Amino acid sequence: MKYSYYSGCTLRTKAKSLDVYARASAKALGFELEEIENWQCCGGVYPLGSDEIATKLSSVRALNEAKQKGQELVTMCSACHHVIKRVNDDMKNVDDIRTRANNYMQLDEPYAGETTVLHFLEVLRDRVGFDKIKEKVVNPLTGKKIGAYYGCLLLRPSNIMAFDNAENPTIMEDFIRALGAEPVIYPYRNECCGGHISLKEKERAASMCNEIVKSASGFGADMLITACPLCMYNLNKNSAGDLPVYYITELLAEALGVKEEVAK
Amino acid sequence: MQRIGVFVCHCGSNIAATVDVKKVVELIKLEPGVVHAEDYQYMCSEAGQEKIAVAIREKGLTGIVVCSCSPRMHEATFRKAAEKAGINPYMVEIANIREQCSWIHKDMEEATKKAVILARAAVAKVNLNAPLKPGESLVTKRALVIGGGIAGIQTALDIADAGYEVDIVEKTPSIGGRMSQLDKTFPTLDCSACILTPKMVDAAAHEKINIYTYSEVEKVSGFVGDFTVDIRKKARYVDMDKCTGCGVCQEKCPSKKAPSEFNRGLNKRSAIYTPFAQAIPNVPVIDADYCVKLKTGKCGLCEKVCQAGAIDYTQKDEIITQKYGAIVVATGFDVIKLDKYDEYAYSQSKDVITSLELERIMNAAGPTKGHLERLSDGKAPKNIVFIQCVGSRCSDNRGKSYCSKICCMYTAKHAMLIRDKYPDVNVTVFYIDVRTPGKNFDEFYRRAVEEYGVNYIKGQVGKVLPQPDGQLLVQGVDLIDNKQIKMEADMVVLAAAIEPESSVRKIATMLTASIDTNNFLTEAHPKLRPVESPTAGVFLSGVCQGPKDIPETVAQAGAAAVKVVGLLAKDKLLTNPCTAKPDELLCNGCSTCANVCPYGAISYEDKLINDHGIRETRRVASVNSALCQGCGACTVACPSGCMDLQGFSNRQIIAEVDAICR
Repeated sequence: MKYSYYSGCTLRTKAKSLDVYARASAKALGFELEEIENWQCCGGVYPLGSDEIATKLSSVRALNEAKQKGQELVTMCSACHHVIKRVNDDMKNVDDIRTRANNYMQLDEPYAGETTVLHFLEVLRDRVGFDKIKEKVVNPLTGKKIGAYYGCLLLRPSNIMAFDNAENPTIMEDFIRALGAEPVIYPYRNECCGGHISLKEKERAASMCNEIVKSASGFGADMLITACPLCMYNLNKNSAGDLPVYYITELLAEALGVKEEVAK
Repeated sequence: MQRIGVFVCHCGSNIAATVDVKKVVELIKLEPGVVHAEDYQYMCSEAGQEKIAVAIREKGLTGIVVCSCSPRMHEATFRKAAEKAGINPYMVEIANIREQCSWIHKDMEEATKKAVILARAAVAKVNLNAPLKPGESLVTKRALVIGGGIAGIQTALDIADAGYEVDIVEKTPSIGGRMSQLDKTFPTLDCSACILTPKMVDAAAHEKINIYTYSEVEKVSGFVGDFTVDIRKKARYVDMDKCTGCGVCQEKCPSKKAPSEFNRGLNKRSAIYTPFAQAIPNVPVIDADYCVKLKTGKCGLCEKVCQAGAIDYTQKDEIITQKYGAIVVATGFDVIKLDKYDEYAYSQSKDVITSLELERIMNAAGPTKGHLERLSDGKAPKNIVFIQCVGSRCSDNRGKSYCSKICCMYTAKHAMLIRDKYPDVNVTVFYIDVRTPGKNFDEFYRRAVEEYGVNYIKGQVGKVLPQPDGQLLVQGVDLIDNKQIKMEADMVVLAAAIEPESSVRKIATMLTASIDTNNFLTEAHPKLRPVESPTAGVFLSGVCQGPKDIPETVAQAGAAAVKVVGLLAKDKLLTNPCTAKPDELLCNGCSTCANVCPYGAISYEDKLINDHGIRETRRVASVNSALCQGCGACTVACPSGCMDLQGFSNRQIIAEVDAICR
């Protein structure tokens, strides 16, 4: 199975490991992430201004590229996923944005939200299946108590992201179980880490991160996992605790026995 | 040709402000058949009706068109007036120039034009009207009440006291309903059981009332005055005549893992059980899902200990067929499921409960014997937070758009009772608005605030976060102080929205009674006929019609009973003559009409037909006019155009369309 893949800028620089472990794991699980050509930065933030078109165009290009190939578009970074999924929803459902974006794009055939956008975790859950992953695990992470940190971008707004129950999500917990580890459920797992203010209002971001880390350790987590480079940065830099944070793909690669390969 | 009189009503300014009524009169006089036209301020008034009578006499009218409000409002009024003046009531047609014209248009010229067109269509129809005569049907002097809560009990008692037989069908093993689960009632704080159980006993003892518990309505056919209903009496596995209600079977039953429905699943009950101590009838049922004997064939302990020999594992469901003249729906409510409100951690913490669960916890017969304690560790709570409007007044599709009406009052009641019994417990209530209209209601709420020191905060809770030490952190907002609030609590109580009991959809479908998007039964008129369903002979009692508290429910129950008594007091009913009628010469016997008829009114018979001199036996449709409700489905479905609805024939409808399109 081949998917169009949008890695995004951060996965080329700061969050390289999120990307390389994803590709290696995909291979081990029998699907391929085919990076789309000439992708551009998604902008990182979904523009809320209803008259804002230019900052949505890079998403439309990526979406259209996948449509041309007849593939589903897979994203990895929470921010990229959030932006692309919401722009896709606009292209599908908001007449004004669709018309104006297409006027800019001058495509052979106008784009109207035909592409399905999947987060890597959704591919694991809905296309591969956690049961199948369980079978392919060679190094089960037995005994590890892992807190899933969802953050906000993957879950909200829930009617558009349609990722999981935004108030009580389970996808990452099921993922952790598939890898043989024990998920730790704590109430801050879907609270914002304050990533968007981590430079401007460092103290507030720090207090938000500390709540998350404190709650997770309180419920017995030895580590956190995330799919978001910004959360990763913020939880590492701005929280007082020493709870280690990993990317979901790193643990996946480890469990599937392909982590060493990547390191080489 | 008919001699038609047209009467244009001003309806005060309701019509006349938007429609030029004089012009309508002037233009309608030009229509063929119209020999008289006039306008008047209130055509429905006595003076207005007199104008119609005078015109009938003086101008020799044979048909009437009244341009006024919806026929649902005053068609019957004008038909009666016409009949009194000597012409057949079915020669009267209404052109609705209020709801369908003046109320929805702003421009006078446009509205006047439309009013003339509507009047023209009605004139065209009346030209083809023929006198119709209603038939008669007998009234079965017995009523059925579906649901045995306070609404159903009160309705049944009132009907029975008027001297008519009533059957109550209740799907659970006992009557009593939601009210039996309540501890105290607002605003007087009297014990719910103390005022309900006497009524339950009265209903059970009443010679005119027959109660079918653990039973459900399975099938309904017939029509007002003559319904035929199948009631499924579910197998109880206990002989109701032999059982003495001693309760030994429940004590000895080894299977005690079934969640107690009565205590909202907060504790367990035995497989053989009565839902609560004051249950009526005081005869247990065996829950086949949990009974060891019924599941595996082994055990049989209850049979051994039963002195009366009442246990019967071979009992089967029984169908009882009974005729009724009227049916009252009193199916009540349940609280909504909270799976879409995970931010309140209801599914994640045992100490987040609904108000109905708190009601059971506060009750001496409840799972904690009336002691206020946390379900997680049994400790006494020191800080309790109430969250109002959980799922009520909801603007997204997670909850209900309506106000559940009872929550403000029962939350004030809970807060007050807790502060009274446990003065060291802090009670906080988060609310959107406090809505306490009702006699002595606002005084009650103010007492909670002023005398009992309940802390009311205007604002909503965003999230309840269970902490590692078992406490709950409540994150909310205080809109008056404009600040975020984080508050520790040992217990959080959710005022979950109420919704109609889940079985109501099925029942409404069987009764062809209409329901709204929230599954509340629709009343025939929201203001003037609030206890009647639009389906004749079906009446509404209690929360199945809309959220209401106990006093309102009891009032509505009485109102529904009066309507039922008014119906049962008649010996005969006039039937609607606007029923379907086949043209036997055109009928080809295809059965299409019988297949679409929702009332089973059409059958087929072999009949000798004289088709222009050709005599032969043909299979033709035949309509039972007592069953036909005049919906017209068959007239549309009939491929040969042989089926006509009397009073709404195909010719009449086409004439109306032609008049509109002219």
